[in-house]
Amino acid sequence: MSTQDIGAIVEAEEGASLWNDAWLRLKKNRAAVTGGVVLVVMVLLVLLTPWIAPYSYEAQNLDLGATPPSAAHWLGTDIFGRDLLTQILYGGRISLAVGFIATAVALVIGVTWGAVAGYVGGRVDSMMMRFVDILYALPFMIFIILLMVVFGRNILLLFLAIGAVEWLTMARIMRTQVQSLRQQEFVEAAVSLGLAPAAIIFRHIIPNAIGPIIVYTTLTIPSVMLLEAFLSFLGLGIQPPQTSWGLLISYGAETMEEYPWLLIFPGAALTITLFSLNFLGDGLRDALDVRGSKD
Amino acid sequence: MSLLTVNDLSVSFVTRNGTTEAVKNVSFNVESKSITAIIGESGSGKSVSCYALLGLIPQPPGRVDSGTAEFGGRDLLSLSERELRGIRGSDIAMIFQDPMTCLNPYMRIGEQLIEPLIVHGVANKEAATKRAVELLDEVGIQNPEVAMQAYPFEFSGGMRQRVMIAMALIAEPKLLIADEPTTALDVTVQAQIFDLLSDLRRQTGAAIILITHDMGAVAEMAERMIVMYAGRKAEFGPVDQIINHPRHPYTKGLISCVPHIVSDMTEERPDLVEVPGIVPSLKDFGQDRCLFASRCTYVTDKCRASRPEERLFSDGQIADCWHAEDL
Repeated sequence: MSTQDIGAIVEAEEGASLWNDAWLRLKKNRAAVTGGVVLVVMVLLVLLTPWIAPYSYEAQNLDLGATPPSAAHWLGTDIFGRDLLTQILYGGRISLAVGFIATAVALVIGVTWGAVAGYVGGRVDSMMMRFVDILYALPFMIFIILLMVVFGRNILLLFLAIGAVEWLTMARIMRTQVQSLRQQEFVEAAVSLGLAPAAIIFRHIIPNAIGPIIVYTTLTIPSVMLLEAFLSFLGLGIQPPQTSWGLLISYGAETMEEYPWLLIFPGAALTITLFSLNFLGDGLRDALDVRGSKD
Repeated sequence: MSLLTVNDLSVSFVTRNGTTEAVKNVSFNVESKSITAIIGESGSGKSVSCYALLGLIPQPPGRVDSGTAEFGGRDLLSLSERELRGIRGSDIAMIFQDPMTCLNPYMRIGEQLIEPLIVHGVANKEAATKRAVELLDEVGIQNPEVAMQAYPFEFSGGMRQRVMIAMALIAEPKLLIADEPTTALDVTVQAQIFDLLSDLRRQTGAAIILITHDMGAVAEMAERMIVMYAGRKAEFGPVDQIINHPRHPYTKGLISCVPHIVSDMTEERPDLVEVPGIVPSLKDFGQDRCLFASRCTYVTDKCRASRPEERLFSDGQIADCWHAEDL
């Protein structure tokens, strides 16, 4: 065998990381690609909002009041005469940020916590999981209100608070996965080859649990966004004049009989995002399952 | 020269129902470049004694009660987890019973194969890959370059066991522990794997501990054997000698159990022979008597009252039986 051949194998081996393979498979899944593109567009739009929004965020026109979609206001205006498209764009910034950041927080803490508890087992596992149980039992609203009272109302705190609640389920799912995986002989084989526990968890166990992790992530992002809407509605989250999709929807719901577009458009923005996320998540799960695709 | 000397190894498991002495006062040694077989029924402690050497017994519930295992000037049983990790996969490697579940389904064959070399810092990725391709070829995988890119699900059981063997041998260990490497495979594949192990031993000079209950394979491959019964050593010594002249009633029973194929099918075939009785239950393992007594035709009161001592015969055959001389 020549050196070039070895070079080619080494190169392919580097590409052999799960993610490269998955990417090749993902590209073939039309629904997932569409979902991904829509999400990217959505993120770009809200990132560029200050430059592309048709009206200024504070601009009111009380004389105009609520008007249906028109050439000047593509998605209509609310009762204060504010442009709805502008509002949705600014609201999207908050909603997407909460969705992604809080989920990322939940994911990192949950996966690590659950994996360590499940892998180490014994007394450490009991203690870690009892801690999770205690947090579970704590009424969520009281927890958030306490945080707000102690630290003041702060959007970063909101991310953390939501993340701190959502990781509990992830930790439980992960622990169960790891417990069954560590019984598998390939983990035993990895131990017998001299791998350290951290290497076993990150190289052998977490990749095998990637399916449930992704499914749960795609479920968490929407639930986090709805949670933010709920908190904002109660006056604990985002406060006017700041806005989010959740807030826009709850205001729209109050006036849906007179001004249905105030509910329909923010609702559509949220729905499209969630659909895209689900398609992408579904595609990712299939793409990451090496056994599922025998092409 | 002795590569591994195990002396007085005892392992027990502490459970809610009491303590089980899974391995009790077992001593044996493994010569360099030799094949030593450990034979015995399920639950006789063959695997446990080997797993204990590498610190692979989960503790708790497991516990090494006594013993030393000298390997390369160090006592394996007193090493720290970190030191053991340095030995696992590099000086001593293992292959397991079921190749279907021994490979990570989410990792390409090549990536898993080179892992021991990378982990132990023996080679860089390119050198490791080159070595892996050669080794796959040596263990009889066709198109090794293609196989490197494959995922385990694309391989049959026999091929996966070959990959496992390659993975165990890639860091050139001095000792390979094969824990029933063929139990999960078809009979024809079993023979191939045994042949492969014999060949590799000759090529690489790695000593092998073969854990098995296949008397035929032992007779064919191994130089020395340890017969285990109920967590204790029954007999230890050169294979030819033990098979020709077993000095322990249990070994004798085991050997007579091996059926022989009759050449003429019209000939009257004898019934299969078995060792009468059953293995004592786990909680009796610690008793201070001969545990085989209830199944033994040579039994006397002495057997029921005290644990047999080792008897050493010429050529290193050792039997733990009060009546070893009479057999």
